[in-house]
Amino acid sequence: MFPIVESREIAKNVFFQKIQAPRIAKKRKAGQFLIIRKGEGGERIPLTIVDSDPIGGTVTIIYQVVGKSTAELSKMKAGEELQDVVGPLGLATHIENFGTVVCVCGGIGTAPLLPIATSIKNAGNKLVSIIGARNKELLILEDEMKAISDELIVTTDDGSYAKKGFVTTALQEMIDAKVKIDLVIAIGPVPMMRAVSEVTRPHGLKTMVSLNPIMVDATGMCGACRVTVGGEVKFVCVDGPEFDGHLVDFKELTMRNRAYLREEKVAMEKYEHKDGKCMGGSN
Amino acid sequence: MAEITTKPRPKPFSIPRQPMPEQPPSVRVNNFNEVPYGFTADLAVLEAQRCIQCKNPACVKGCPVSVQIPEFIDLVAKGKFAEAAKKIKETNALPAVCGRVCPQEEQCEAPCVLGKKGEPVAIGRLERFVADYERVTGNVEIPKPGTPTGKKVAIVGGGPAGLTVAGDLIQFGHDVTIFEALHKAGGVLMYGIPEFRLPKDIVQAEIEYIQKCGAKLECDVVIGKTITVDELLEEEGFDAVFIGTGAGLPYFMNIPGENLIGVYSANEYLTRANLMKAYDFPTSDTPLSKVNNVAVVGGGNVAMDAARTAKRMGAENVYVIYRRSKKEMPARIEEIHHAEEEGIDFRLLNNPLQFIGNEDGWVTEVECEKMELGEPDASGRRRPVPIKGSEYKLPIDVVIMSIGNGANPLVPATTPGLDTNKWGNILADQETGKTSKKGVFAGGDIVIGAATVILAMGAGRKAAAAMNDYLLTGNW
Ligand SMILES: Cc1cc2nc3c(=O)[nH]c(=O)nc-3n(C[C@H](O)[C@H](O)[C@H](O)COP(=O)(O)OP(=O)(O)OC[C@H]3O[C@@H](n4cnc5c(N)ncnc54)[C@H](O)[C@@H]3O)c2cc1C
Ligand SMILES: Cc1cc2nc3c(=O)[nH]c(=O)nc-3n(C[C@H](O)[C@H](O)[C@H](O)COP(=O)(O)OP(=O)(O)OC[C@H]3O[C@@H](n4cnc5c(N)ncnc54)[C@H](O)[C@@H]3O)c2cc1C
Ligand code: SF4
Ligand code: SF4
Ligand code: FES
Repeated sequence: MFPIVESREIAKNVFFQKIQAPRIAKKRKAGQFLIIRKGEGGERIPLTIVDSDPIGGTVTIIYQVVGKSTAELSKMKAGEELQDVVGPLGLATHIENFGTVVCVCGGIGTAPLLPIATSIKNAGNKLVSIIGARNKELLILEDEMKAISDELIVTTDDGSYAKKGFVTTALQEMIDAKVKIDLVIAIGPVPMMRAVSEVTRPHGLKTMVSLNPIMVDATGMCGACRVTVGGEVKFVCVDGPEFDGHLVDFKELTMRNRAYLREEKVAMEKYEHKDGKCMGGSN
Repeated sequence: MAEITTKPRPKPFSIPRQPMPEQPPSVRVNNFNEVPYGFTADLAVLEAQRCIQCKNPACVKGCPVSVQIPEFIDLVAKGKFAEAAKKIKETNALPAVCGRVCPQEEQCEAPCVLGKKGEPVAIGRLERFVADYERVTGNVEIPKPGTPTGKKVAIVGGGPAGLTVAGDLIQFGHDVTIFEALHKAGGVLMYGIPEFRLPKDIVQAEIEYIQKCGAKLECDVVIGKTITVDELLEEEGFDAVFIGTGAGLPYFMNIPGENLIGVYSANEYLTRANLMKAYDFPTSDTPLSKVNNVAVVGGGNVAMDAARTAKRMGAENVYVIYRRSKKEMPARIEEIHHAEEEGIDFRLLNNPLQFIGNEDGWVTEVECEKMELGEPDASGRRRPVPIKGSEYKLPIDVVIMSIGNGANPLVPATTPGLDTNKWGNILADQETGKTSKKGVFAGGDIVIGAATVILAMGAGRKAAAAMNDYLLTGNW
């Protein structure tokens, strides 16, 4: 069993939790993720390890509530226990001194990018971060990103805070201004990572993205997470999650992630029904 | 269930092989309950009385772990079921499993002398009966572990190979910990073989038995990720490691359309259905879409399990697309028979060329070509050759690729000095399980490739003996 030691909402529908998982905390590197299964009958859901404390034996996750499993997880308080936490999974991010690295984060993507950006900075790179969200309410980890970045640009789609526009607009401006960029790392929703890759492609600017397909075991056993990268089939859980954005078949990934839309809706409706209205919140 | 007293034995040859009562096909396609009900005590005794107690029993030679077949059957014939269970367990730690899933027609029952003139003794059914009897009556005796040796052993993978090694090493007095990557141990028994063929509470009972014997089980530990083999040996104080990680890397055909939504590996489909209990969705959280037309590609046990599971998930038409003829199908005869009874549509001598999808990315059709059998190939089976111009399309909503599994590279890739062959299987001595790395043994599917439960257990048994030797003497 894996006790939750800290749990709070850090933005609308975005949760921060610290979990006691000493073996994972000791081993984990930036870019890796874990699988959580809340309890009997639960789904195995992948979440990035945002931070870890090898001495205290804890790992941190930050996630957005999007469906039943994340909703249930968000209801868990410090002191409660998760039945299963597995990790660290996936390959660690390849870190070296590249020169100038631009980290582009969209929405919840700031959470998985934070540890990577930190390692990038610690390796001696010049770090420029662009973080964006649909609106001010959804913006997370601004202070944390600011603390490690040489330069931080914040955008909101609706202009409710900082610079109005998309992260890609800010990136395009940097490119147009002939800022020397050696590597771009983009993490966020699939359309955003795809858009960033399209912005950098004409300039031959190396762009790494972190993919989030549907997963089951996350050990390479089932193939649920397969994506096409450069014409080859890869299993994201063991070959990734990071890939060259210019080679990823984003269209396929987007389609595959919609496989269970109908069922996810059924699960969520049943959950909300039970959780609130019909049973008077007693369950 | 009380032990029954037996009447005087009739002449063995006068009794026919006893059929095992089972759910009728029309009923069982609507549920996930086990298909056969198993022998009653009366039927078991009657069947046991058929065995002529050969002095030099051929059946035992057919069993990869040399179960003392005439001895246990004699005990069954005398109504001493609990003792019979004990007799089997001397050589086979998982009789309830083997009685159900061993390909007996190729193993113990194939050489049975009664099979020469009529039908062989139903050894598997008797084994299953005895194990169930023991479990249901709660008469499972927990053997005392051996005198502690002070040696610590790590078992990587909680499938049949790993569980067998664990069971044996406990008896030798070693301190045993099983590390399992998934949230439940059992390996393919848990995530692959469906509930209706091997109920999961039986597997769970076998695992608990090994735990009660003294083995520790740590789930959610992926060796190679959470801890490496080297760390087990150097930092966590283990004196030896057994690797039984199985054949868990699904193969695809690399034909167009294989990444469309609705195309699954059998591993994914069966894991969703079994381990994650998708048939219980939305009570359980992991879904599998309800669809009408399912194509299963392949002709082995895995394909039969996938097809029969799809039927139970509510599909109207389930096609098994296999490129050779029925004779060449690697699946057990019993499984093919069960699948036919359940209305699975066998498209033999058919080969998929591509999958076609709609604009949302869902698979909608499979294009097949018909085949005919040509000259025998390297495997001795006649090679299927395409018939020109025979292509046709079949409307489908789901495809389950069941064309085999390779070795998962996680452990070899993170263990320096551990040699593999070109397919990624760990190289290990057949008799001892010794690998190229000192203190590290391996066995089961990760060594021999996808095979059978009993072969994995047999490999585990041999490795356990060699490990005991190594732990006591230090000789490699
Ligand atoms: C390697 C990896 C790292 C991730 N890291 C984070 C993270 O740090 N923070 C975060 O908020 N989210 C992260 N995700 C996404 C997260 O796993 C999903 O949001 C979660 O599984 C949804 O579960 P649910 O039951 O709440 O929603 P569901 O009802 O299952 O689905 C709601 C939506 O989430 C998508 N989804 C469903 N299942 C999965 C799945 N297994 N993997 C990915 N997407 C899925 C669906 O397409 C759907 O749009 C990560 C995913 C991967 C693969
Ligand atoms: C659908 C299906 C049906 C089958 N039907 C039959 C049948 O009817 N009769 C029969 O005899 N055989 C059958 N087989 C074959 C049989 O199940 C296997 O040969 C047998 O299970 C192999 O045992 P094993 O212990 O070597 O590996 P597995 O059973 O594969 O177990 C390996 C275990 O190791 C774990 N593992 C893997 N990697 C790691 C890691 N890095 N760290 C920790 N743990 C890890 C896995 O999660 C798994 O639990 C079937 C197989 C399948 C897939
Ligand atoms: S273990 Fe399998 S092969 Fe051996 S006797 Fe039992 S059923 Fe037959
Ligand atoms: S070969 Fe057949 S008849 Fe002879 S001992 Fe074995 S099971 Fe009995
Ligand atoms: S999630 Fe199963 S192989 Fe990647």
